[in-house]
Amino acid sequence: MEKTIVELRNVSKSFDNEMVLDDLCLSVKENTFLTLLGPSGCGKTTTLRIVGGFTKPDTGIVLFEGKDITNLPPNKRHLNTVFQKYALFPNMTIGENIAYGLKISGKSKSYIEDKVKYALKLVNLDGFEKRDVSLLSGGQQQRVAIARAIVNEPKVLLLDEPLGALDLKLRQDMQYELIRLKNELGITFIYVTHDQEEALTMSDTVVVMNKGYIQQMGTPENIYNEPENAFVATFIGDSNILDGIMLEDRLVEILGVKFPCVDEGFGRNKPVDVVIRPEDVVLAQPGRGRMDGVVTHLIFKGVHYEMEVMAGGFEWLVQSTVCHPVGEEVSLDVDPFNIQIMNKPESEDEEAVPIDE
Amino acid sequence: MKKFFRVLYIGLIFTFLYIPILTLIVLSFNDTKTMGVWKGFTWDWYLEIFTNAQIIEAFWNTLIIALVSAVVATVVGVAACVGIQALRHRTQQLVLQVTNIPLLNAEIVTAISLMLAFGLFGISLSMGTVLFSHITFCLPYVILNVLPKLRQSGMHIYEAALDLGASPVRAFFSVVLPDIMPGVTSGFLMAFTMSVDDFVVTYFTRGAGINTLSTLIYSQVKVGIRPSIYALSTIIFVIVLIVLIVANVLPDITAARKKGENS
Repeated sequence: MEKTIVELRNVSKSFDNEMVLDDLCLSVKENTFLTLLGPSGCGKTTTLRIVGGFTKPDTGIVLFEGKDITNLPPNKRHLNTVFQKYALFPNMTIGENIAYGLKISGKSKSYIEDKVKYALKLVNLDGFEKRDVSLLSGGQQQRVAIARAIVNEPKVLLLDEPLGALDLKLRQDMQYELIRLKNELGITFIYVTHDQEEALTMSDTVVVMNKGYIQQMGTPENIYNEPENAFVATFIGDSNILDGIMLEDRLVEILGVKFPCVDEGFGRNKPVDVVIRPEDVVLAQPGRGRMDGVVTHLIFKGVHYEMEVMAGGFEWLVQSTVCHPVGEEVSLDVDPFNIQIMNKPESEDEEAVPIDE
Repeated sequence: MKKFFRVLYIGLIFTFLYIPILTLIVLSFNDTKTMGVWKGFTWDWYLEIFTNAQIIEAFWNTLIIALVSAVVATVVGVAACVGIQALRHRTQQLVLQVTNIPLLNAEIVTAISLMLAFGLFGISLSMGTVLFSHITFCLPYVILNVLPKLRQSGMHIYEAALDLGASPVRAFFSVVLPDIMPGVTSGFLMAFTMSVDDFVVTYFTRGAGINTLSTLIYSQVKVGIRPSIYALSTIIFVIVLIVLIVANVLPDITAARKKGENS
């Protein structure tokens, strides 16, 4: 049984009467890579700042290794942060930046020197001690920020969209490096991002947030394959979300057509949301599948073709390695275990909202 | 042709700006008390200044007032900026409007209202009241110079320092202050020159017998102008000029040195 290292209990926070977090509960297990994922304004950064001690929750408590740290200022907490804008100290060299935390905790000079060297090596910046921070590229600054945080051997490292300002290639390299670092150091990472790909690639646990609520928490596979509601389904990857009626266990009606599925326990004739990933729609010759339709759009995406198929009055998003030109008549079908049934949102807060990114 | 007018235009502007000061400087070396006639070069008027006890006292008064009020205004101003920065946006705007009023207010109004306020609270006018007044009108200049710098440096590095274990005070002095230092320096120098320059506020808030250079010059002009006044004015001009040059060149020099260290 893994130990819980950070726990938020019933945390609420509002700014200027606007609710940012509503009764949030979250526990982070030791030595995991946990990602808070959501669109801007979903409360993920606020959550991180509450853990870091930069924002005080209105209600609720924060526990660190079982102790209440809600009122502890950031400088007394045993965790370190990598900030979105790096926040390196411009009046110091790279070496001095990294040594800052160690100096404050009163470590010996030789210890500090060794540690700085080690930290720079860890982020692939050997020999950069004497350089000025203003002469570094964005990627290098980010590495220094990471080195400055991990050199203090925190039990938990908080990362606030640390790769947001980097270009795609660099971002991918840094993703691998972060995973490597996490494995080498054996510490807990709490990572904030709005980039779903980043979240799926790096995390052990993904927490999808929206409007101050946790929408779903689970492994990346779990989040992708079994989204619990329409918001998670649209936010993580592409998907077809359809209105359906759960006729009985393992049978759902979509657009007037009966589809066998694997879900049970929804009751009889209950309206539900149905999620079908575009890569799970199987195209065949007309009449062979469950519904017939016509291809209306075709885009070549490299690994696959992306098509839109008009069938049953709904425009299905379909990904396939086989090309079907526009205007071709096709039929479509879905394997039962690829149909994901979700309860309709009960309150407005749980409702799927359009994502503006 | 276009170039000719461009040069002419610039030339005219500089002529109007600097001819009066140039006249003053030239006359301060003129070996006669009559204006408008050049009778040869002399240092006499400068020597007269340095032997005149009244002028020397006024000079020290000016310097001490300028230094003390600039230092106090800078300390208070930086502290104020830290406070303003932490306010919510709307309150911040309001506070800034209020602190900017003394900048736009007519100096004579500031002077008289200060004098009246001292009278009302039964504070007799002295060196202290002059200092207090100078600090008051220097303060907005410090805030004006420091706040943008503090905004630019932002909360990020302050929070980063806290995150690494620094106490708020240590974080401020080790990280934030060095970063906003250019703004603090220029705020200090601006406060200093404003104080050296000031006549109106000093005139209305000084106690009996206290003179700064500008009030002394004014009282002597009433009696009759001696060329030593020109010499004194020239010295004030040169001091302010030096301070301004230092204020403008200093950041460039430190930047260049920093670059030199890295290459």
